[in-house]
Amino acid sequence: MKTILGWLGHQFLGLLQELGRIMVLLLQALSWLVRPPFRIRLYFKQMEFIGVNSLFVVVLTSLFTGMVLALQTFYAFSMFGAETLVGATVALSMTRELGPVITGLMVTGRAGSAICAEIGTMRVTEQVDALTVMAINPVQYLVLPRIVAGFIMLPLLTIVSDAMGILGGYLVGVQLLDIHGGMFMNKIQEHVTLADVYNGLIKASVFGGILTLVGCYKGFYTRGGAEGVGRSTTQAVVMSSVLILVSDYFLTALMF
Amino acid sequence: MQQDQDIIHIESLYKSFGDFRVLDGLDLALEKDRVNIIIGRSGGGKSVLIKHIIGLLKPDSGRILVRGEDIVPLNERQMARVRKDFGMLFQEAALFDSLNVHENVAFPLHEHTSKSYSEIDEVVQSKLAAVGLQGMDRKMPAELSGGMRKRVGLARALALEPKIVLFDEPTSGLDPVMAATINDLIQRTRHEFGATCIVISHDIDATMKIADNIFMLYQGRIIARGSPREIRENSDPVVRQFIRGEAHGPIQVN
Repeated sequence: MKTILGWLGHQFLGLLQELGRIMVLLLQALSWLVRPPFRIRLYFKQMEFIGVNSLFVVVLTSLFTGMVLALQTFYAFSMFGAETLVGATVALSMTRELGPVITGLMVTGRAGSAICAEIGTMRVTEQVDALTVMAINPVQYLVLPRIVAGFIMLPLLTIVSDAMGILGGYLVGVQLLDIHGGMFMNKIQEHVTLADVYNGLIKASVFGGILTLVGCYKGFYTRGGAEGVGRSTTQAVVMSSVLILVSDYFLTALMF
Repeated sequence: MQQDQDIIHIESLYKSFGDFRVLDGLDLALEKDRVNIIIGRSGGGKSVLIKHIIGLLKPDSGRILVRGEDIVPLNERQMARVRKDFGMLFQEAALFDSLNVHENVAFPLHEHTSKSYSEIDEVVQSKLAAVGLQGMDRKMPAELSGGMRKRVGLARALALEPKIVLFDEPTSGLDPVMAATINDLIQRTRHEFGATCIVISHDIDATMKIADNIFMLYQGRIIARGSPREIRENSDPVVRQFIRGEAHGPIQVN
């Protein structure tokens, strides 16, 4: 009993310590936001990498999520003749919840892992030290542009994701299951407010911050060669995904 | 005062990692415009020492004077100013692998000078020529051999005309001809570019050939210093065992 409690306490302290160090890294990075030199090109490069290059995977996953949502809700709603509400249900689910979360998780898998592996490799091959020795702050050079890019690009990707999810719902609901197209769209307009969309985008920004920050943090403190890079990349993906889902609950509870 | 001639002056430096004491009250004075070579066993704290000199590690206690200024209490931004006087060649060269050879050498110039692209190109070409790598501009680091990577690393370290160049095990893992080439470049760094060289090495033969001053690091302290001849004639059994490369003696292998 004692050992189990001890183990739990130990794990919890470790988690708190890690979150603290992540926050320190975030504050360090933000303190460089207002100090020169400003390397605009690096920001655009990261926005391309995290945002533009994730477009395809986000489009694909969101489209199919919308489609399966329509299929499932149609089955349930048809039991009491509310098939016309399928569109509104898909649209609300996408904008409030699934758009930001799917985007966050997909970008974590695609870009969060790559960020961690790249910075981790730079760490173990002394490239991070080389930056420092050249009087270039590695937090400013490597971490800050990625966090900013995640913060900006995730809401943009989420807009695409929302639209694709609704399109998927429309394709299945209207084209396949013969819901009346006008009614489908009408119910969406009736039930979805702009606040639903905005709040979803705020979530997306937070997720973008989380996944880039955790990727940078795990990469930045990598030790132990190639094996260490593999280990921190796995940890970065798991930790980002967990933090995204946990923070999603609290953000939802706060905003809606 | 002697301290004024020393470009690096270290007083009673202590550093421990956990319970393991790596530097144990180390004193060291490195002269300006010399090839200073620090020898010692692998894992004996040479890299830790060099990382203290460039401020990548902070000591538990002690003073490190770089051209008369104590760098231990400096914050990151003040340290960045001091580091502009330094160039460093890392053990595995630490080239940025997302950039090609030209971009690697040009990197510090873009960051720290207001030179135009053509002026930077001129500097890059002259540094690459100095290390014998003309025409390699467009190669990526992954396409280069270990010796070539180190020479690019040296060209990058020299790009800003540093006053002090640090070499971390410059010849480890190279074939004898390439090692001789690198050793030659270290001496030319000193003569042609007028930089003070600080080298850490366990390559005794090369050290004897190119060093002006040799320092032997053992158990966290400098136990011997002097010219190659003085070190060769040193009577300390530890020094004798090390420079002769004998398996038996006071140095314990564990």
